[in-house]
Amino acid sequence: MPTAEKQRPQKVLVRRHSVTTRITHWTNVLALLILLMSGLQIFNAHPALYWGAKSTFADPWLAMTKQEVRDAPRGITTLGDLKFDTTGLFGWSGKEGMREQRGFPAWATIPSYRSLADGRRWHFFFAWLFVFNGLAYWLIGLLGGHIRKDLLPTRDQLRPRHILHEIGTHARLKFAKGEEARRYNVIQKFTYLLVVALLLPLMVLTGLCMSPGFNATVPWLVDLFGGRQSARTIHFLSATAIVAFVIVHLLLVVLSGLWNNLRSMITGKYAIEVDTPAKGDAA
Amino acid sequence: MTVATNRRRWLTAAGASLGSLWLGACDKLTADPRFSAMLAKAEGLTERAQRLVTDRKALAKEFTPADISRDFKANGTLSPQDYAYETLLADNFAGYALTVDGLVEHPLELSLADLRRQPSRTQITRHDCVEGWSSIGKWKGARLGPLLDRAKLKPNARYVVFHCFDSLEQTLDNTGQYYESIDLIDAYHPQTILAYEMNDATLPVRHGAPLRLRVERQLGYKHAKYIARIEVVERLDATDANGQPLLGRGNGGFWPDRGYEWYAGI
Repeated sequence: MPTAEKQRPQKVLVRRHSVTTRITHWTNVLALLILLMSGLQIFNAHPALYWGAKSTFADPWLAMTKQEVRDAPRGITTLGDLKFDTTGLFGWSGKEGMREQRGFPAWATIPSYRSLADGRRWHFFFAWLFVFNGLAYWLIGLLGGHIRKDLLPTRDQLRPRHILHEIGTHARLKFAKGEEARRYNVIQKFTYLLVVALLLPLMVLTGLCMSPGFNATVPWLVDLFGGRQSARTIHFLSATAIVAFVIVHLLLVVLSGLWNNLRSMITGKYAIEVDTPAKGDAA
Repeated sequence: MTVATNRRRWLTAAGASLGSLWLGACDKLTADPRFSAMLAKAEGLTERAQRLVTDRKALAKEFTPADISRDFKANGTLSPQDYAYETLLADNFAGYALTVDGLVEHPLELSLADLRRQPSRTQITRHDCVEGWSSIGKWKGARLGPLLDRAKLKPNARYVVFHCFDSLEQTLDNTGQYYESIDLIDAYHPQTILAYEMNDATLPVRHGAPLRLRVERQLGYKHAKYIARIEVVERLDATDANGQPLLGRGNGGFWPDRGYEWYAGI
């Protein structure tokens, strides 16, 4: 129920996020940040990606390499047939004079220096945090109705005209006001569902396929992804998609009211502007 | 404009300082033994969870001849510089004999010809390196299980240790010598073989000639190359009278001694 405490027509604080959403959100922020950075450390042990069951070393679809260009070392990233000079970022990075061969640069990895063993330790520790956190989110979200009530689009939101309208207002960076701001808009719902129901579980499943022991027990899963190297590629692409989501998410958080959004994810209270005193329930 | 530029500069600086603070903290935590011990605890959880959900007798997927990698990557030692090995290699391993000893009733000395007469298995499997790459190869070798039966394990036998010819790291205390170990479930797994052939040819030096372990369902570093001796033991962390580990640094393998997991499950 909304807490329209005062009958003031202008601003009301509504209860936006449950305590479960808030705790699992910030736990995920920590876990995903460390998983990403330690994951890049692990990627750096062999900074190349392939499709299929095995590596085709001469022909990766993505590779970060160090190559000599006119007698000078350069970081060269290959993407299919395309070649990019990414010196300083991918392949050959570090302070001038102290450059080293590595896929992702030091500032993007945990630990910053090269250590596959340490990167793995960080990765698997926080993978557990991530998995337990995700299970708690899904369990409470399904039982408590968060998924159904807040994330599944309503019938009126699914009308093509409404979706087109939402795309239009999003493109113009116009954000919902008043009663409409009580719930997630349809693009938000689709995006959050894509993340929590597809991308995040995909990280766990493709991650499990990195285990040869798990592959032997559940061979169909790695086959479903198209082989172990495909699974590694999908693990990387899915992580990239999550990074893209986070960038857009942060941008929209800032543009649609940084402090209001931050407060709602910390205290749960979100301010909306209404013309008339609020009635009815809200997300 | 200047206000915006200043703010942008301030934000960039703040972001960069926060970033380096975060990275510095992560590096410091990694170096802190208590913190790495905490991180390592999760590895115990991972191992137990994996043991719980996986069938340890399950066979690793076997591939078809068309799947075999023509560019099977060789890693670790590619050509041992150790005197004993070079001597044997010069004579094409004619003088080679595999020792099987430790907690066995009948220690064995097996030449390559002996090994080729043992019950064998041929398998086309995928080799997954801890670095992330995979290659597919065809292996033929003596099954380890029947060999251990022939040597007859003593009741307290728990682990099979593979001592290798190559020293992957130069150390004064000899802990740079490559070795690996597996438990008896893996040792008796039908796909666990001592391979002497790769892709229908004699095992090449870079892939571990004359004999390498294939223990499918585990990461590449478990597949010890250049095997000189097989020792059956009760404990991997046993120490001598001075408290020095008898096997490497006491973690059951060259890479496990250097921060990687002994069970090599993921």
